[in-house]
Amino acid sequence: MAKTDIGPPDYKQFLPPIIRDNYGKWRYHEIVKPGVLRHVGENGDVLYTVRAGSPRLLSTDHIREICDLAETYCDGYLRFTSRHNIEFLLADERRVDPLIEALQAKNYPVGGTGHSISNMVHTQGWVHCHTPATDASGPVKAIMDELYDHFTHMDLPAHVRIALACCLNMCGAVHCSDIAILGIHRTPPRPDNSRLPNVCELPTTVASCPTGAIRADMKNKTVQVNDDKCMYCGNCYTVCPAMPIADPDNDGISIWVGGKVSNARSAPMFSKLAIPFLPNNPPRWPEVVAAVKNIVEVYAAHARKHERLGEWIERVGWERFFTLTGIAFTDKHIDDFTLATETFRTTTQFKWG
Amino acid sequence: MTDSKTPLLDELEKGPWPSFVKDMKQAAEKKPAAADLLNQLELSYKDRIGHWKHGGIVGVKGYGSGVIGRYSDRPDLFPNVQAFHTMRVNHPTGWFYKTDALRKLCDIWDKHGSGLTNLHGSTGDAILLGTTTEHLQPCFDDLSEAGFDLGGSGSALRTPSACVGPARCEWACIDSLDICYQATMTLQDQIHRPMFPYKFKIKVSACANDCVAAIARSDLAIMGTWKGRIQVDPAEVRAYADAGLDIRGEVCDLCPTKCMEWSEADRTLVIHDGDCNRCMHCLNVMPKALRPGKERGASILVGGKAPIVQGSLLSWVIVPFMKLEPPYTELFDLIARIQDWWDENGRSRERLGELINRLGMRHFLKAVGLPAVPQMVKHPRTNPYVFFWPEEIDKKEVK
Repeated sequence: MAKTDIGPPDYKQFLPPIIRDNYGKWRYHEIVKPGVLRHVGENGDVLYTVRAGSPRLLSTDHIREICDLAETYCDGYLRFTSRHNIEFLLADERRVDPLIEALQAKNYPVGGTGHSISNMVHTQGWVHCHTPATDASGPVKAIMDELYDHFTHMDLPAHVRIALACCLNMCGAVHCSDIAILGIHRTPPRPDNSRLPNVCELPTTVASCPTGAIRADMKNKTVQVNDDKCMYCGNCYTVCPAMPIADPDNDGISIWVGGKVSNARSAPMFSKLAIPFLPNNPPRWPEVVAAVKNIVEVYAAHARKHERLGEWIERVGWERFFTLTGIAFTDKHIDDFTLATETFRTTTQFKWG
Repeated sequence: MTDSKTPLLDELEKGPWPSFVKDMKQAAEKKPAAADLLNQLELSYKDRIGHWKHGGIVGVKGYGSGVIGRYSDRPDLFPNVQAFHTMRVNHPTGWFYKTDALRKLCDIWDKHGSGLTNLHGSTGDAILLGTTTEHLQPCFDDLSEAGFDLGGSGSALRTPSACVGPARCEWACIDSLDICYQATMTLQDQIHRPMFPYKFKIKVSACANDCVAAIARSDLAIMGTWKGRIQVDPAEVRAYADAGLDIRGEVCDLCPTKCMEWSEADRTLVIHDGDCNRCMHCLNVMPKALRPGKERGASILVGGKAPIVQGSLLSWVIVPFMKLEPPYTELFDLIARIQDWWDENGRSRERLGELINRLGMRHFLKAVGLPAVPQMVKHPRTNPYVFFWPEEIDKKEVK
């Protein structure tokens, strides 16, 4: 019988000696070039970090290749970042460039530091989830192919965090990203009255609806959906498998902009709706890629140094954001959920676009 | 040349960014399950719809979480992914590894599963993607033998996560790694045995840059900060200016509180620390010259979450400053009081933030024993619908 409740391995055993020696005693750091951090300790010790992108979905053989690189160049010490990047931790400066050459020879992008676009936080999508409105890995691959140079160069006004969640459950919690790509449904769930009484709990299903669109039909031990009140979040399907909502012709992607989590300069912000719907167009989602690229380019051309996407928009105004990006403003952009009126303009101070 | 069975996915092998399709094909060479996963994904690309059924209840002995059940809705076409469950493995804090540990994970997963992983999933766990029901227990046994344990899923404490902290960051105001690790070890029961109204997430960022998005993604966010003066090295400030940094434009003008002034004449930076809100911008731009103040601790925030059910929330400040030193008794006591109140009052699938919203912050603060302070609000209320506690009112005898 296996031991339970042992918790994860103690991280301290995985810290390279230079980190153990300088734990809590780092003096400063600098970004030597894209993908390379240089941390200097109080005592003058120097640690190099080389950051490389990964597809997040990794085969065991691919992980072993990463291990080979770490053993060759940094005594087997490495870490991963919260954005799925791989970080090789080197105490020896002379190994930095050979490691980068070895990474590039195997097509690992080196970068993702400073004012760049780092790797995209994303979810499972069609690869392994039961509620997705789109795929995750595919759109991410297509977008990162297009924005590749922004990963390997630090050529933007500030860093740009892009994330993708394939449904409103948001395992990826993309709601505070500079650019959030969110899979959405656009048609109500379809209760399967033959299965529902056996597989779903009625009160839970009714309570799962944020807009009160689901009513229990006690006589038939099933539920009815008020289609006019349904905004297709799919939460009922999460609790009740007999309410399928996926719809190939109407599911797709929405794009949200201007969120951040860092407290630097401005307070953390939610992302706001930029584009309500783009179609699922596999394998490369060209409409989504073009939309993201357009937003990045307009931001890069207009924002000031250190200004995050949301900070730039707040400065110039949302009306100007829509003008500059050429994105159409529609009635979908005006909130009608619980606290909607807080977002309505209560001043005559606005720009003409 | 033979026709590919996956013409759509083949398109995603092109282009400079690393291709997940290549990883899937690499695994498919060894594992029939990975091959069927690839083929089922191709069908999804053709149909523009997912092909996974709702998860069933599967797991390992003694645990109610850590395994996500997954079944194909086309087992007729893809029999090797008929059952294709995920195991969440609690990552080493800070995602640090030595390669021997990673290789062990790979060997175990080649023995028991599809050979496909996520490093890492959104909860922070190392995700082992796809195995059969029969392999779950033997896989867990091998993981446990190798020193690994499962993470949280369902209505449990989810695997806590932390930024890199003092291991490699000069801005760390708290030991985010140790706090996270101690929380993980202390709260093992909550991780493995779902007993809450819904999920509960704890994330630890050692400064306000918040590299693990604690403020947006956790029910309980622990964020490092300091009191007192920013430590300034005037010589290094001048060195930045000499190197061409526009200190007035890039630092002072972007300071949200305008608490600093740069004098070009005498080349000094004056900081009015009383006005500083510790946003981190100036430290980010001049890490060599400016450092956090010496009295360090954390702000504690609660309530952050993604949209489901009642809408997204960013976390709210409930403790402006708490000293955090081992064994973190004050912190863990507070977490226990918060969870007790939530567990007592929360409805099924109601997150902490939603419960506070429903019952009122004053009830939450009273229950967990925290005083109301101005740091908790952007501004005081604007409506006159004010409740008073019975003991605050002069009671008249009614005859």
